[in-house]
Amino acid sequence: MNAYQEFKTIGSRPVRPDGLDKVTGRARYGADLNMQGQLYGHVVRSPHAHAIIESIDCSKALAMEGVLAVMTGDDLVKPGDEMLGSGEGAMALKDFVPMVMSQGKVLFHSQAVAAIAATSPELAAEAARAVEVTYEVLPAVTDVHKALAADAPILHHDRFPDDYPEEPTNLATHISLTVGNPDAAFEGADVIVEQTYSVPMCHQGYIEPHACVARVDITGRTDLWCCTQGHFAVRHFTSAATGIDLGKIKVTPSEIGGGFGGKTTVYIEPLAVVLAQKAGRPVKMVMDRGDVFRATGAAPGAETRVKLGATRDGKLVAVDVDCLMDSGAYNGAPAAFPAYMATACYKFTDARSTGRSVYTNKPKIHAYRAPSIPQVTLGFELAITELAAELGIDPIEFRLMNAVEEGDANMMGAPYKRIGLRECLEVARNHEHYKSPLSEGVGRGVAMGYWINAGMQSSATLNVSSDGHVAVLTGSPDIGGSRASMALMAAEVLGIPFDHVHPEVAPTDSVGHTDVTGGSRTTLATGEAVIRAAENCVAELCRRAAAEWGVEAGVVAWSQGAAHYGEHSLTFHELASRAGNMGGPLTFSSSLNSTSAAPGFAVHICDAEVDKETGRTTIVRYTAIQDAGKAIHPDYVEGQMQGGAVQGIGWALNEEYLYNADGVLQNPGFLDYRIPVASDLPYIDTVIVEVPNPLHPFGVKGVGEVPIVPPMPAIAEAVCQSTGVRFRDLPLNPPKIMAELVDL
Amino acid sequence: MNKPLNKMAVQATINGERTAFLCSPGQVLADVLRDELELIGTKIGCNTGDCGACSVLVDNRLVCACLVLAAEVEGKSVQTVEGIANGGELHPVQQKLLEHGGLQCGICTPGVVVAAKALLEHNPDPTEEQARYWLAGNLCRCTGYDKIIRAVLDAAKTMRGEAA
Repeated sequence: MNAYQEFKTIGSRPVRPDGLDKVTGRARYGADLNMQGQLYGHVVRSPHAHAIIESIDCSKALAMEGVLAVMTGDDLVKPGDEMLGSGEGAMALKDFVPMVMSQGKVLFHSQAVAAIAATSPELAAEAARAVEVTYEVLPAVTDVHKALAADAPILHHDRFPDDYPEEPTNLATHISLTVGNPDAAFEGADVIVEQTYSVPMCHQGYIEPHACVARVDITGRTDLWCCTQGHFAVRHFTSAATGIDLGKIKVTPSEIGGGFGGKTTVYIEPLAVVLAQKAGRPVKMVMDRGDVFRATGAAPGAETRVKLGATRDGKLVAVDVDCLMDSGAYNGAPAAFPAYMATACYKFTDARSTGRSVYTNKPKIHAYRAPSIPQVTLGFELAITELAAELGIDPIEFRLMNAVEEGDANMMGAPYKRIGLRECLEVARNHEHYKSPLSEGVGRGVAMGYWINAGMQSSATLNVSSDGHVAVLTGSPDIGGSRASMALMAAEVLGIPFDHVHPEVAPTDSVGHTDVTGGSRTTLATGEAVIRAAENCVAELCRRAAAEWGVEAGVVAWSQGAAHYGEHSLTFHELASRAGNMGGPLTFSSSLNSTSAAPGFAVHICDAEVDKETGRTTIVRYTAIQDAGKAIHPDYVEGQMQGGAVQGIGWALNEEYLYNADGVLQNPGFLDYRIPVASDLPYIDTVIVEVPNPLHPFGVKGVGEVPIVPPMPAIAEAVCQSTGVRFRDLPLNPPKIMAELVDL
Repeated sequence: MNKPLNKMAVQATINGERTAFLCSPGQVLADVLRDELELIGTKIGCNTGDCGACSVLVDNRLVCACLVLAAEVEGKSVQTVEGIANGGELHPVQQKLLEHGGLQCGICTPGVVVAAKALLEHNPDPTEEQARYWLAGNLCRCTGYDKIIRAVLDAAKTMRGEAA
């Protein structure tokens, strides 16, 4: 039972508090701040994908007039085995510092090897060209199978995964989980489907390149402004890479122009700090678009083998899934998520789930919206669809026959609490879209998806003004409307108007520690901190009213934005205006490590039509259905569902990293790495299902990530229905489709 | 060696105001707007004309400010996102983007505002498809464009004087 059952403010759709600044151009993003006397940083990047650095000579660059500092990997901390960060952004220091700037060996093309600070961007770029680096070039490997071959060039000679202690290998991680006896269970299956499916490496594709400006004084006190999904993480990572005490670093987050997981780490921030420290002046750095594609955290490509067995009457009885992922140059640990979560939508008694990741000479992969799960779900859900077809059972019906519900467990063991997967499937089955007839040549696909959703640490502070307005400070960068959610939640608890609440994203030293805006956790966990802080406020106001009336605090009730006892009442505004005489300023904080996260489930329906002459796929109609627990601001829940669906459409149809044999990315720009544009798409219809999360005071479940999980299998199935050809390797771009259609 | 300073003096009307600025011959308009004139609403997502975040109007023509040399606007009129609202009154496109939740991170929003305003001046009654093709040069990674297109069509309705 949720603490709050009826809502006045929650669920309404007010204009977001930061909206005015964003439609008028006033909002400041990463590249929009300049510090007095600032220099401009420029990174020297490796022209080779795999090489040993023999020497770096910066003397000519440093001798140029207007060049004030240079740095190399020697200026960063020498990493050991320590772990950094948490959640989706967690990584080992040795997988992070050399990724930021090479320390002797280059493992991917465009890896940073040195950096310059100069008085203008042009001069910094010119000086970067004057840095002389000599390399011993090594053969590069960009394909996971070639990387696992016996004669493959080895990226890390000092790493030995648990199962392979004998000699170095490019296998980064290997995790295999078994429940029951899947091999025996396949013996009892009437129908077995076994296929392999693949998805290419792609990029988060946020429109704002990474940008920062840093200032360091002679005592090491550091001011850092940057665009990030988590400024506490930036502080942590920057401290770890530079050796500057964590507490001396203040990070102020700018507005953020998209991230999708890709801005839960740092790339240029430690470099700007080191250069600023060396030069004694602020340093601004802005990545260019090409470098964003070439050198920041892409999402891993994956190949998934799925073997499923079912009885004739439609019961899934045996599961074996093996997902091979590309880790890029360092360990981005992408393999555990598919191992644990591939099967998460289905009841099973006998299953094996394996995840492996492999080092290649490509940028270290990083989190992208439900990291690794869209890739493995392409395979799992398509295999389910193929299995349902073999059994002659409707794909939604088959899923309903096998979908998890409360009390079922997934590979992580703990039983689900109240989840909304079946409700989403029933909405899909009864949806007008699913029942509508298909035009000639149009195919329809359905798929569902799971994402675990995070809780993690969050903080909030409420400062009440004497006029009854409330500032709500949190540590969660607002990437998609979270200020509006925070204000709605505070207004709900306090019983005051939405526009009397003023949410702010506060710098690291102005609010308690808060983990990244990621893991679909912000509205849930930071929202919970806001709710608790507001409840603390209400409790104090009731105490003050009770003192005024000479009664016990326990008898005073709070409703409609006022304290009540018998005939007495005192409004929020009255209590705020009299705070100075009733106990002092009204400031309330809450910090928590949220344990209320609940998983997200979604079901998508896609109609697609393939042009048989050009191979172009048009998404004709699309419906996304998702359990949000409770939608705080429905516009921004729908927005997450639509945005995630469209990222999935892009990945399904177009998006793909293309490397040449030397490991050089061939499409590092939005012209050739084509993300969906407005004319590619129909409206994305949404249905928000609300099965309240019993662990959260308002019933909230995270919503941001799971909408990218179902699109790829839903679209691939729709394309199959349109063309009559079963495609199992994405993206389904025109050349790939035409190659099959021409052969027919 | 530092190159000798080589700056050109340019006069233009920026958001209705006569403005003079210095720029180097190779400097693009987007940089001058942002760095010299502090009009940071013009965003740079790619610097290659692919993303549309730097969309501005030069003599009422929609262009990417990263593809126009600053010196080219001599004697011309430039309108950026900062000049779209009429004093304290938002342009209907801005108002409807807010009402429909047609932005998430907001980095593409200035470009969308400028491009959509230009659309509605060219075509006060666009179809959904026309709006989608006109805005195809403005990349948005967050919204899937759904609420943007709805907002633009709703703004068109408002500007035509029709009830929403």
